[in-house]
Amino acid sequence: MAEIQHTQEGEIAKPNTAIIWRTFWILSALTALEFIIAFTIPNSTFRVGVFIILTIAKAAYIVGEFMHLRHEVKFLIWAIVLPMTFVGWLLLAMILEGGSIFMMGQ
Amino acid sequence: MATATNSEQGIDWGGGNLPLRASWGKLMMWFFLLSDAFSFSALLISYGLSRYSHKAFDGKISEFTFSQAHWPIPEKVFEAVPFLHGISLPLVFVGIMTFILILSSVTMVLAVEAGHRGDRRDVEKWMLWTILGGITFLGCQAWEWTHFIHGTEGGGATDFYGNVIYGANLIQNQYGPVPFADLFFFITGFHGMHVTSGVILNIIIFYNTSIGIYDRPNRKIDEGASRYEMVEKVGLYWHFVDLVWVFVFTFFYLV
Repeated sequence: MAEIQHTQEGEIAKPNTAIIWRTFWILSALTALEFIIAFTIPNSTFRVGVFIILTIAKAAYIVGEFMHLRHEVKFLIWAIVLPMTFVGWLLLAMILEGGSIFMMGQ
Repeated sequence: MATATNSEQGIDWGGGNLPLRASWGKLMMWFFLLSDAFSFSALLISYGLSRYSHKAFDGKISEFTFSQAHWPIPEKVFEAVPFLHGISLPLVFVGIMTFILILSSVTMVLAVEAGHRGDRRDVEKWMLWTILGGITFLGCQAWEWTHFIHGTEGGGATDFYGNVIYGANLIQNQYGPVPFADLFFFITGFHGMHVTSGVILNIIIFYNTSIGIYDRPNRKIDEGASRYEMVEKVGLYWHFVDLVWVFVFTFFYLV
């Protein structure tokens, strides 16, 4: 956090929480949407894709707003986000590998 | 300034001040969380590998039965809610847990915001709410584990000898293949352990705040940090715990 507020004795700034509560409502709405999808749409690759997109959206709001990463220096943002994209790659590779293991047992 | 003389003597690095415009402690928390994310990813990737190397259930959901021959459908496994015995309420309890954790993340970010303003009373208030949320979540998870371990009344899958299995542990699982229960215990257990240590850290920060450590005028703080930065660092950890739960919720309970 770059800005440091030096408050004088007995003088405290008013809370500024509108953005926090907005993020909270977005996260709740996305979770509710996931529930609706879970009970209305039958399981398919498409549904899994929608779930993953919604999850990444929620993660972006938590990391970006709650953890404040969106407002950090660009280099720090990439230092955190870039390694995680490789994890996504590993996940995909291992799921495909799992499918191959299953086919081998058939 | 002390730091300026340090730089002149070559103790600090010589490449300008705070290249990432974050204090040392906060950066270390970020990189710790990145490595912690790798641990959780490893567990979730193991889950993905196990799941896709087992047969998926391909019939109608209403005809689903527990069997070791196919991977269970999560909404058939997690359908119990405390005090509502015998009523099928798929994913309701885990939804409540998710909501509690998101809410405690919000109160944490409110505590961080109060810290920026130097408002000790507000920090105390929001830290207490966060601790309460964390403990509530842990209580829910304890119930969830108990239910999962004890199993359902009629039991579920049959083992190799045709005996009905009741409940689940690391070597037997009434809900489906054994790795399903193993990974349930590992993933939610590892997450619950993080929540536990998060609650302990929050309690320490709450204690420090209420005895006024962060308001001491002669307290040494890192360069680029605010007086209440410890709240922010522990806040990062707490949000990370919430973040992991978002992924656990999707990959374990929804997909």
